[in-house]
Amino acid sequence: MTNMNTEQWSPKIVAFFCNWCTYTASDLAGVSRLRYAPSTRVIRVMCSGRIDPEFIMEAFAKGADGVLIGGCHPGDCHYSEGNYKCLRRYDLLQRYIEQMGIDTRRLRLEWISAAEGKKLQEVVNEMTNTLKEIGPSKIKHVVETIEK
Amino acid sequence: MSNQKEEIRIGYYVCHCGHNIAGVIDVKSVAEYCAKLPNVVVAREYKYMCSDPGQELIQKDIKELNLNRVVVASCSPLLHESTFRGATSKAGLNQFYMQMVNIRENASWVHESKEEATEKAKDLSRAAIHRVAFNKALEKKKVPVNPTALVVGGGIAGIAAAMSLANAGKKVYLVEKDPTIGGYMAKFDKTFPTLDCAACILTPKMSSVLKHPNITLLSYSEVSEVEGYVGNYKIKVTRKPRYVKEELCVGCYDCITACTFKEGKFPDEFNFGLSKRKPVYIPFPQATPLVAVIDEKTCIHFKTGKCPQTCAKACERNAIDFTQKPEVVELNVGVVILTTGFQPFDAKKASNYGYGKYPNVFTSLEVERLVNASGPTEGHVVLRDGVTHPKSIGIIHCVGSRDEKTNKWCSRVCCMYSLKLAHLLKEHSGAEIYNFYIDMRTPGKGYEEFYDKLLNEGVQFIRGRVAEVNDWATTPEEKGKLLIRAEDTMIGMVRRIPVDMVVLAVGLEPGKDAQEIRKMFNISCSNEGFFLERHPKLAPVDTFTEGVFIAGACQGPKDIPDSVAQAGAAAAQALALIDTGHVELEPNTAFITEERCCGCQVCVAMCPYTAISFDPVKKASSINEALCKGCGTCVAACGSNAITQNLFTDVEIMSEIDGILIN
Amino acid sequence: MGNDKPKLKLAVYWGAACGGCCVSVLDVHEKLFDVVANADLVFWPIALDVKYKDVEEMPDQHIDVTLFNGAVRNSENEHIAKLLRQKTKIMIAYGSCAHMGGIPGLANFSTKEELYKRVYEDSESTENAQKVYPQTETTIAEGKLTLPNFYKDVCTLDQIVDVDYYLPGCPPQTERLVEVFMAVVTGAELPPKGSVIGAGSKVQCDECKREKVNKSGITRFYRTWEKEDDGKTCLNEQGFLCMGPATRNGCGVRCVEGNAPCRGCYGPLDGIPDPGAKMMSAIASMLNEKEEGDIQKALDTVVDPAGTFYRFSLPGSILRRKQS
Repeated sequence: MTNMNTEQWSPKIVAFFCNWCTYTASDLAGVSRLRYAPSTRVIRVMCSGRIDPEFIMEAFAKGADGVLIGGCHPGDCHYSEGNYKCLRRYDLLQRYIEQMGIDTRRLRLEWISAAEGKKLQEVVNEMTNTLKEIGPSKIKHVVETIEK
Repeated sequence: MSNQKEEIRIGYYVCHCGHNIAGVIDVKSVAEYCAKLPNVVVAREYKYMCSDPGQELIQKDIKELNLNRVVVASCSPLLHESTFRGATSKAGLNQFYMQMVNIRENASWVHESKEEATEKAKDLSRAAIHRVAFNKALEKKKVPVNPTALVVGGGIAGIAAAMSLANAGKKVYLVEKDPTIGGYMAKFDKTFPTLDCAACILTPKMSSVLKHPNITLLSYSEVSEVEGYVGNYKIKVTRKPRYVKEELCVGCYDCITACTFKEGKFPDEFNFGLSKRKPVYIPFPQATPLVAVIDEKTCIHFKTGKCPQTCAKACERNAIDFTQKPEVVELNVGVVILTTGFQPFDAKKASNYGYGKYPNVFTSLEVERLVNASGPTEGHVVLRDGVTHPKSIGIIHCVGSRDEKTNKWCSRVCCMYSLKLAHLLKEHSGAEIYNFYIDMRTPGKGYEEFYDKLLNEGVQFIRGRVAEVNDWATTPEEKGKLLIRAEDTMIGMVRRIPVDMVVLAVGLEPGKDAQEIRKMFNISCSNEGFFLERHPKLAPVDTFTEGVFIAGACQGPKDIPDSVAQAGAAAAQALALIDTGHVELEPNTAFITEERCCGCQVCVAMCPYTAISFDPVKKASSINEALCKGCGTCVAACGSNAITQNLFTDVEIMSEIDGILIN
Repeated sequence: MGNDKPKLKLAVYWGAACGGCCVSVLDVHEKLFDVVANADLVFWPIALDVKYKDVEEMPDQHIDVTLFNGAVRNSENEHIAKLLRQKTKIMIAYGSCAHMGGIPGLANFSTKEELYKRVYEDSESTENAQKVYPQTETTIAEGKLTLPNFYKDVCTLDQIVDVDYYLPGCPPQTERLVEVFMAVVTGAELPPKGSVIGAGSKVQCDECKREKVNKSGITRFYRTWEKEDDGKTCLNEQGFLCMGPATRNGCGVRCVEGNAPCRGCYGPLDGIPDPGAKMMSAIASMLNEKEEGDIQKALDTVVDPAGTFYRFSLPGSILRRKQS
């Protein structure tokens, strides 16, 4: 399976992971040696509530094929409600990026607890496959090339 | 932004971690690649960066090459960030000028393709190299640690942890939700493999807890609210009304004798319903504290208001108080140890074994009470009818353990306690005993020897998972018996064994309030619902919340020796924190730049800790650093960019994004 | 004061704009005399008969200050922007369109084809059976006629030429223009290149007189006709989408003073690359709902989020235009 993947184009996903849940889950996936697609580039934040929509746009504008946000399950936020703030921003952003002609599957929010290394693996693989179906992002090109 | 003007001199270090990283990632090419990136003065690879020589390498370079930034690409920062921060500060550089790159957990351990893992390591390293230029020098804030501890759960783990702390001279609050401490251990007859009597070793500990001048026991109480942070927790404990004044009751039983109910009428929790109790009761003779409790659900006074209150009249000390209300006690503690235990698997869920359907199917815990000399039958092994002595008994292992349909995990204690019960049942009843097991798991000191002993005692062992227990007799001999159908994998055939009594060796599950407790204390659970330790090997009693430790079966199934050992470990960790006297807090708090703040107060509502307040005179908001926990939610909500989160500033994160993507 | 000094040479030009910016220059009223006393207007298409070729003939850096208003959306805009840049010492992006793309920048939500189809075929007032579209060159008996090339993208001025300062607003407040102008005339020290001038350094809320009650979060949003404004409470807290929390002040909170929510024409504060993103973040944060369905229901009341949050700033935002 991996031979096949390495020959193909591999998407680049900028992943913002909450320190307390998804980042820990990705450590757990590592410790458990769960293999998954090498597409994510993780940026650790203390809470998904820290994720500024600007970060997501910047990632798309600079060439990310996808952006993955990993936060704590509803009710489980380490800081009580940061994940809800994240969810509300995400829901609004999804509407915005759809209007901007961006496939909404390029932006994904998942609740992955510290124990869910397996879920992390599945989410990354799934998203990677989806992005492979959609193909490389042209956002960077569009942003950088003024068409006359 | 003075740090943008200074010349940035970065030292980059990539760790082999033996073969852990270097086996997958071409560390040499990563180092060569990074050496060419802007601001990088030196890029090295080394076998083990976390080793002393690895750390010295960094320190030497900082001094000799005048480095002012350090990037270490190795394992997860959750593991070694403090190591490399320490190395950096020892060389005289602010520790926050060090940025870690996780290329082990996040790359080499999870990817097979060497090229792609190497590519990823380069991307992540480049991101850190971009970011570190913007890192700011910060200082950790020291806050004092309140030297008082809270232990939640009064089973053997909680008792052991509380005693260790109290013996070390620390004040301890021990909170127990039941009317007595002792937990499950108090209900056991003998303990494996030594067969010493559980009560004999436990009850002296229970009374030590009660007598200890450093321990405040809050029984029949539950934690209802947790606030604060490491070293300074504010805990609210709700004391449930016993309707008996604890300070007056001497445990004389007069009220119980005098109760309108002449006989016990309600299932006795302590004996798993094998006996009956009155609405006013003492759970068991050694209950600690030895104080009666009135159960409002069954007491006539509470149900009808028409009780003659004979109990109250019988109490010479006027200890009975029907007007008691739940009372909230506020505690200030520095550390918390959670020892909230487990719950036994509900045997009814394994419906093929007939628990609840056939009266003579028992759970192992019921049998613990049956074989107990102070139990409901004074140690006589009898069937549910209370008189018949069983002549044959089948013990089924792994009920609610190692089972795809119920719980996948091994409960670790069932093989051993089943062996113990087999021994005790044989001893008490002389019955024929069959053990149905999948694998015999006896990894403990003296455990395998105990198994050997049982093999020689004439107990039958059948290796195979039991398919079903029923009463469908096909021969006259089977009539009135329970039939156990199981595959005997040793002889390769299905067997059908008639017995008088079936004992289900139920497994251990997370406590039913585990989720609630987890949320209150802001810790995580692993998949199956037991509390999650910070690191399975290196921090087995720590949690991701500083100052909150876990011990005993709340962390995962374990036996008494392991629970006590873990309790000791948790107590030691708590002591280390208390005796240090202070904790250093990660400086990831946020602050508001007044000149930019417009006073729109969007952020004020963002903060779950009410750390942000608006000053109507200055027309600006400000953050109380002591209250800020550093989530950064307000930062993202500020339309003026007036809020900065230390360690996670906008420019730091933006540069990390750009670093990942700009090749 | 300016008499002993040579007079400043001033140019005003409009690109893709409504003309409001030029009117705002005229709005200086009697102050125009101060301006004229100190400056010669060398190029201003709506007011003076100066030809492009006159500008082309000027020496480089001949003009002291150019106020360029309007976005760049066709080849003519681009040509003149470049020409003026070459002839000007201080190039000021004047008004929201030059600054961030402005209202014409909303065209970046559509392709050129969509725009042409709408304008030259589908619009209610159009009958165009032959599907005649503008051509850059048309040959007729008398010779060749040319039209500027209509670009696919609307651009901010600084995406085309180097800009020295930005004077935001739709249109900029005239008082601010006079202040800036007088600063140039008196030779006061000018702010660093790239600065936003003639505007405040905080966002709208700083000057807003409305009360914050900080009660509970918002459960839905209202368009202005859907609910009566109480006239005193923060518009966002009442559920009217007001861009104030992410919009630079300097206008005197004019819209809110007139009981209309701020639309965001002054753009973001320094260091914020994307005002819409900031505003979305702030607005979404203010929502009260927790359940996915409830959040979606609340967001349904934000009609056209992209158009709302990027009303004046789409070409200047991070993502710049709709993907096609």
